[in-house]
Amino acid sequence: MAFLELINITKRFNKFVAVEDFNLKVEKGEFVSFLGPSGCGKTTTLRMIAGFETATEGKILINGEDVVNRPPNQRNIGMVFQSYALFPNMTVADNIGFGLKVARKSKEEIKTRVNEVLNLIHMDEFRGRYPYQMSGGQQQRVALARALAIQPQVLLLDEPLSALDAKIRVELRNEIRSIQRKLGITTVYVTHDQEEALSLSDRVVVMNTGHTEQIGTPFEIYNFPATPFVASFVGTLNILYVDVIDPDKGLLALEQQEISTNKPVHKQAHDKVRIALRPEMLRLSSNDPTSNKVTGIVDSIIFLGAVVRVRIKIGASKISMDLFNNPDLKLPKEGDEVAVYFSRDACLVLQD
Amino acid sequence: MKKSRFWSWLIVFLGGIYFFLPLYATLRFSLMMKKDVLSFMAYEQVLHDPKFLAAFTFSAKMAVFTILASLVLIVPTAYWVHLKLPKLRPVMEFITMLPFVIPAIVLVFGLIRSYSKPPILLVSSPVLLVAAYVVLALPYMYRSVDVGLRAIDVRALTEAAQSLGAGWFRILFQVIFPNLRSALLGGTFLTFAIVIGELTVANSLAWKALGPYMTQLAGMKAYEPAALAVMSFILTWASIALLQFLGRGRGGAAPENMAGMH
Repeated sequence: MAFLELINITKRFNKFVAVEDFNLKVEKGEFVSFLGPSGCGKTTTLRMIAGFETATEGKILINGEDVVNRPPNQRNIGMVFQSYALFPNMTVADNIGFGLKVARKSKEEIKTRVNEVLNLIHMDEFRGRYPYQMSGGQQQRVALARALAIQPQVLLLDEPLSALDAKIRVELRNEIRSIQRKLGITTVYVTHDQEEALSLSDRVVVMNTGHTEQIGTPFEIYNFPATPFVASFVGTLNILYVDVIDPDKGLLALEQQEISTNKPVHKQAHDKVRIALRPEMLRLSSNDPTSNKVTGIVDSIIFLGAVVRVRIKIGASKISMDLFNNPDLKLPKEGDEVAVYFSRDACLVLQD
Repeated sequence: MKKSRFWSWLIVFLGGIYFFLPLYATLRFSLMMKKDVLSFMAYEQVLHDPKFLAAFTFSAKMAVFTILASLVLIVPTAYWVHLKLPKLRPVMEFITMLPFVIPAIVLVFGLIRSYSKPPILLVSSPVLLVAAYVVLALPYMYRSVDVGLRAIDVRALTEAAQSLGAGWFRILFQVIFPNLRSALLGGTFLTFAIVIGELTVANSLAWKALGPYMTQLAGMKAYEPAALAVMSFILTWASIALLQFLGRGRGGAAPENMAGMH
């Protein structure tokens, strides 16, 4: 049986449907992320698990118990907020000990537990500081420690890294994952940052306009997007309009240049259809005779550090190609005519 | 550069004269009760007058009750509006502005008309005076609390405390109130200052408060009212200094920009 289960959850605000018929099973110790654009319902769903919003319909089971009608202070759920939400009038130690004090633990017990979690986040020497005396990253680590101190059944994180700068974000991301693994705590993480979701999670729930688009491992989500939305939201994507030549054989034409997919296309000949190509699936050369090949003119070359993005004009269409940077990389020049290769599997036909 | 500095100092100087000269004149006049010597005689007279002491104690008592009633009424209301009914904030702001628009004399006649006959007979009870003062102090108290609540993330703090198991009572007294300390002190001192010198309501309801006492004194004597005016200035300034002193240090809203350092 799943440890956390959301069954047919719907949330309406008057006539506006924020979340509709949401279903999810999370195993004990699993790390699940809700990924989607602003307003997709991911935070509302998280807030329903926490109890800050009440589901209009449906059930939320934690360890087999329906908690929908239980107030947030009786759910034993740890929550980390985007704005840290540390109590400004309390020191780090008092912040972390707050939940234990509420639970009427003994002074000795509180002290031991506070020390344990401070140790866990490597911030022993900060116990006497006030929130305003710490950086954002440090405050968020304390907020995580405070949520973990009460040994919650489920840990919820609502865009915890959004307010931090890039370097701290990656550091803290790794720390969150390692602490979660160490404690084996069931975790739900909300983010609009695909890199965060893909790098942290056991499974990702991609959401859009209150609906689940796809639930899967980061590998599945990235490589086998189930819907056009997932394909366009996760990763960078070239979306191209092509003509259908032979739907049964999967033969298409991009700007009068023939390409093929491995699968039949559910369209008529001469219809227009959209295909998706990941920039990193494109190459400037190929040994595979079955590869697709199209030619175009180099429009721009952008150096991004580890990756070089080459923009190529193919007729009226433009396509981006990502090449891994290395000192021996031979790049074409702007205006050169180049051949672009990609496998038949790389060519994903989008159903409208 | 030098020229612009000269003008700045001139303006400060003129402003200073405008403010301090009457004050100095009052102070000097209050010290001139004995002929040809400066003395504190007027002050002694005032302080030894049992009527002054009675009026001051009464007004101070009323101020304390007004502050307590305002805190109990306004803090939870403002907190709830911030947390659950943010759309009502403009309405609240309008309501709290009403005492500025409605003159105290209109308010007090309204109160007398409404509460001088059964079923609610309150006109001779100090409860009505405190109620009127709560209304007069409403803009100051509500604004102070509102500013304090805006400076903290009320919703996130409340939810954080809830997720840690806290109930409403604990959230209010251990999380929200301590972070509103400066704001509550501000509202409290402003209320105190308003109530201690209030004239119209106290006079109309026939209470022997400090305001009516001062007016009465001004009609009969020369030096004592000046001494009283200086004393009330000192009292107000002392309140402000105390407010500054108590409001600093830990607690209250932490400066936002300090939290962003890495």
